[in-house]
Amino acid sequence: MSYVFLYALLGVGLLVLGLYALIVHTHLLRKILAINVMGTGVFLVLVALAARNQDAPPDPVPHAMVITGIVVAVSATALALILMLKVRAATGNNELSDRD
Amino acid sequence: MKANGHTGKTFRLLLVLLLSVVAVGLGYAVLDLHSSTINLSKLVETNLAVSGASNPVTAVLLNFRGYDTLLEMGVLLVALLGVWSLGGIPDYRESTPGPVFDTLSRLLVPMLILVAGYLLWVGAHAPGGAFQAGSVLGAAGVLLLLSGWRLEKRFAGLPLRVVLTLGLFVFVIAGGGFLLVGNMFMEYPPALAGQLILLIEVAATMSIGATLAILFLGSRPEGGPDK
Repeated sequence: MSYVFLYALLGVGLLVLGLYALIVHTHLLRKILAINVMGTGVFLVLVALAARNQDAPPDPVPHAMVITGIVVAVSATALALILMLKVRAATGNNELSDRD
Repeated sequence: MKANGHTGKTFRLLLVLLLSVVAVGLGYAVLDLHSSTINLSKLVETNLAVSGASNPVTAVLLNFRGYDTLLEMGVLLVALLGVWSLGGIPDYRESTPGPVFDTLSRLLVPMLILVAGYLLWVGAHAPGGAFQAGSVLGAAGVLLLLSGWRLEKRFAGLPLRVVLTLGLFVFVIAGGGFLLVGNMFMEYPPALAGQLILLIEVAATMSIGATLAILFLGSRPEGGPDK
C-alpha cells in the first residue's frame, strides 16, 4: 500500500514543480515543458492510485484514461510549439510581452 | 523576469510558500482517497466477457468508455487542423542525413511497422492496443521525416486526408450504426464486439500514426489539391 502512495505523492510533487516552473519562467518553450511535467504528474497519480487495492488487479479505467491522455498531451504540445514558433516569427521574441 | 532584485526574491519566496500549501493540500487529498472508493475494476471484470476483448484496458478504452476514445480521436484531428491552419513553420531547415542514420532508418522503419502490427493484435488480450501501436507508427513516420523522406505528391492530397480521418469515421460509424437496430450509441452486440473493436483499432492506429507524424512535420504536406 505504501509504495502506491509514494508514487502518487511523487506525481503531486511533479505537478507542483511544473506549476512553479510555469509561473516563474517567461520563455514559452519552458512554459510548454512545464505544462508537460504537470501532465506527467497527473498521469503518475492516476496510474499509482489505480493499484491502491492490493487484493484486486489494478483498476483499468484510470489506465485507459492515461493512455488517451498521453496521446492528447503530445498533440497539444505539437500545437503549442507551432504557436510558439508563430509568436517568435511575428515578434522576434520567445516571450509574451506584458502590456504595462 | 519582470520583477528583479529584492522584489524578485520576495515574489519567489511567496510563490514557494503558496505552492507548498497547494502541494500539501493535494497530497492530503491523494492520501485521503484511500477510504472512499467505488470499485470499478470489479465492474469491469464482471462485464469483461461481453466486451469483445479480454484485456481490461482495451475493453474500457473501446467498449465501456468508448466516448473518451472517440473524443480523443476528435482532439487529435482538431490539433492537426489547428497546426495546418496556422501555416507552416517559417524557418524550417532540412538537412541531409549521414550514412549511419540513413542505414539505421532503413532498418528500423520496417521493424517499427512490424512492432506496431504486433501491438495492435496483442491488445485484445494483453497490454497493447491502438494507442501504443499508433504511437510506434508515428515514431516510424518521424524517423522517415527526419531522414528526408517526404510523402509523394499523389498521396499528399485526398489519400492522406482519408487516412487521417479514418479512425474517427470508422469509430462514429461503428458506434452509431447500431442505433438503427435499436441499440444505444456505442452499444455493440456482444457477438460482434470482438470484430468491431479490432476494426476500430486498425483504423484508429493508422489515423493516430499518420496524425502524429504529420504533427511533427508541422505543416501541411506539399502537393495538396487546395494549395
